[in-house]
Amino acid sequence: MADVALKPDEVRLRNVSDELGYLANEGKRKGIAAWILSTDHKRIGILYLVSLFSFFIVGVILGVLMRLEMLAPGGKLFNAQEYNALFTLHGVIMIFLFVIPGIPATLGNFFLPIQIGAKDVAFPRLNLLSWYLYVTGAIVILLSLFQHGLPDTGWTFYIPYSVRTGTDVTMAVFGVFILGFSSILTGMNFLTTIHRMRAPGMTWFKMPLFVWALYATAWIQVIATPVLAITLLLIIVERLFSVGIFDPSKGGDPVLYQHLFWIYSHPAVYIMILPPMGIVSEIIATFSHRTIFGYKMVAMSSLAIAFIGYLVWGHHMFVAGMTNTADFVFSLLTFLVAIPSGIKVFNWVATMYKGSIDPQPPFLYVMAFIALFSIGGLTGLVLGSLATDMHVTATYFVVGHFHYIIFGGGVFIFFGALHYWLPKMFGRMYNRRIANWALGVIFVGFNMLYFPMLLLGYEGMPRRYFTYLPQYETLQRISVVGSWVLVAGLALMLTNLLRGIFKGEKAGPNPWGGTTLEWTTPSPPPAENFEEIPVVDHEPYYHPEAEEPEELEAAK
Amino acid sequence: MEDISRTKESKQSEPTSFGIYILVWLGLISLTAVTAVVSGIDLAAFTIVVALVIALTKASLVVNIFMRVKFEDKIFKVFLGIVGFTLLVIFSLTFSDVFFRR
Amino acid sequence: MSELIQAGSVSGKISSPEGSRSGDHGIRKDAERAKIGMWLFLMTELLLFAGLFLVYSVYRYLHNVDFHRAGLETHTLLGTLNTMVLLTSSLTMALSIAALRTGKKRLSVSFLASTILLGFVFLVVKYFEWSSEILGGIYPGSPVLLNRSNGEILFFGLYYTMTGLHGLHVIAGLAVLCFMLVLILRDKITMDDYVKLENAGLYWHLVDIVWIFLFPLFYLIN
Repeated sequence: MADVALKPDEVRLRNVSDELGYLANEGKRKGIAAWILSTDHKRIGILYLVSLFSFFIVGVILGVLMRLEMLAPGGKLFNAQEYNALFTLHGVIMIFLFVIPGIPATLGNFFLPIQIGAKDVAFPRLNLLSWYLYVTGAIVILLSLFQHGLPDTGWTFYIPYSVRTGTDVTMAVFGVFILGFSSILTGMNFLTTIHRMRAPGMTWFKMPLFVWALYATAWIQVIATPVLAITLLLIIVERLFSVGIFDPSKGGDPVLYQHLFWIYSHPAVYIMILPPMGIVSEIIATFSHRTIFGYKMVAMSSLAIAFIGYLVWGHHMFVAGMTNTADFVFSLLTFLVAIPSGIKVFNWVATMYKGSIDPQPPFLYVMAFIALFSIGGLTGLVLGSLATDMHVTATYFVVGHFHYIIFGGGVFIFFGALHYWLPKMFGRMYNRRIANWALGVIFVGFNMLYFPMLLLGYEGMPRRYFTYLPQYETLQRISVVGSWVLVAGLALMLTNLLRGIFKGEKAGPNPWGGTTLEWTTPSPPPAENFEEIPVVDHEPYYHPEAEEPEELEAAK
Repeated sequence: MEDISRTKESKQSEPTSFGIYILVWLGLISLTAVTAVVSGIDLAAFTIVVALVIALTKASLVVNIFMRVKFEDKIFKVFLGIVGFTLLVIFSLTFSDVFFRR
Repeated sequence: MSELIQAGSVSGKISSPEGSRSGDHGIRKDAERAKIGMWLFLMTELLLFAGLFLVYSVYRYLHNVDFHRAGLETHTLLGTLNTMVLLTSSLTMALSIAALRTGKKRLSVSFLASTILLGFVFLVVKYFEWSSEILGGIYPGSPVLLNRSNGEILFFGLYYTMTGLHGLHVIAGLAVLCFMLVLILRDKITMDDYVKLENAGLYWHLVDIVWIFLFPLFYLIN
């Protein structure tokens, strides 16, 4: 590298970029332009990270407002119309602007190429385009605020109300349509990258499990999202031209809309959970100092979940008016998806057994995940069984269920992954003690907020209501207070991470002792990731010393 | 699914002679004429089956020869298989509802 | 192991220290990569239309008789003509690529131009079809249509939506093909690097395939 004699300012530049890696501006562009015009996957990942968390905060605020309405019955804060708009926007933002792009667009973009030993994704310019589409979609959704008002249909835009309502569904739905393209492009990019750009020696079964998870997720993004696209287009066509496709007075079938909608939206939840599960494998392997038990089974289980996820969408429609046959078929298929999920959990536990556990913040987030995801999953069984579903469907039970899974499961790992990878991305460490405290507060607040919902639903309170009967007041109030605790914890966590990024202690290339390729690069990584493309000759999570920990101790 | 082939130069299939393309085109035109004629014959429910079978045949010719899936890497056949399978799932599960209505 | 490294350097995947400051991180062109990306995109288009075909199949099942009645009114002859037009354009598309691969640039350009021309013919025929139907009072929301049975309303709703969406794809395809024509003329697409043309061709064939299925469903119900 140092064969050619360098001029003095070259030396200075070289040092800056050595320290800051991809964060330093090497080209002619400066400032913001160097970021929003960059096709470097790492910078795009950061752009997404900033956008996503900005919208997450908006979504949280909306959630807090919704909870405040629930402090007392009677709709004292917002009227019914306003409350409907609140939960619609909350859902649209959290789902389409936060969780669906989620880990793939942020950490996937940043780490996929590095973990497979590549210099970038297959189509870097399409990658940047997908971020532009994300921002455009977000703006279009927010534009609906200014025309005829935010939609009040719920994020599910069910027919017939989404066609009849005077609010600006067309604009909002068009925004989601654009976001769908962003998601599709990311999926296409990742699939091609994984197929064509792995480093020499990295066969399919030497890829890290995060990569397998991203692969399975990318398939869902590519195959399922177009169905959402056509569904949204049909809403727009209905609103503009009254074609009649879902209009019963013209022979249309509203239930058919629900079929089309959930054919995407159920696989979509696997877009939300598969990448976090991939990261759980990474974190458990690193902090148990062991290789993942049953690596192949875990890899295959990601594909199995993606596959089975296509077969179960009707479980969102048990009371919508499907035939008994369909109810039965979908309920049966729904139970199948527990199998690959179970495979993962067993292998994670087996990995930790006799491992040398290092309870750092990322690992503690995984522990929280296991607890919360289990509750979410078990409540899913209640919903998947026809008889019990009849009672709890469309109640707060469902709201509790999906928040446990998506938030307690997926988003908690998003947080944990940030704690895992931030030192690599920015070269600095956050305060670990504060991180642990923040997690504690978040965990307590989360359960205070959502567990009462399970009880409320069980006791019959419907969801999406702006007011309620007095008998539900106590549980609602506990939940509201829980939301404040949760927000406090989130604020603590985010502040700690931000402070770490800008003022934290320098972190070396491998503060946790990880064994996947990203830990072999400097922190932060250089713009081109690797000076020389690595050649891979062993499985991932290769811990030769873990096989004989006593010998390692003796050697010290 | 080991993948040494990935590090080789991506192989391009041999150029197809014009003749095969023209033959396929003649086949497509004939099939189109056939389905147009058959549609005039009343075979009740069977008519649509015939029409779809012919359409599938035509599509298969376009995919395999014009789009060269027959001659190129296996991966593209796998992709199409995935789409086909998804369509099968979506249609059959939706009809598990619709078919049994009243 | 050494063969892997050898193979890697043959395909240029292992970088040299100097070649790493360019904007694209020194990623070599890879035709297979571009083709995989294109096929994935085509799959999304297939699934987009599949949603509409699903709606069609459900309503045809539920309103079989009315669909048949409505189907008699579409212009079978024009539809058949358009099918032949599109199939022929697929031929010329394939021939254009084959010609370029054997170094016959002018022939390739002629075939590509023919493809574009045929695409325009398709759109013109479509225009006449739609005009006659709209002037006849059959369009979404029209009083004439709303007087008909539910199945017929749905049939024509789907007719306009599906052929309309298809038509938009034809227009997009023509724009892409025109762009490819310019690139060939400027020698940006050549005998050795023709993957862009191939990918454009794939898109055009997809548009043809969608029509192959639309045709019997809307025009051959007699």
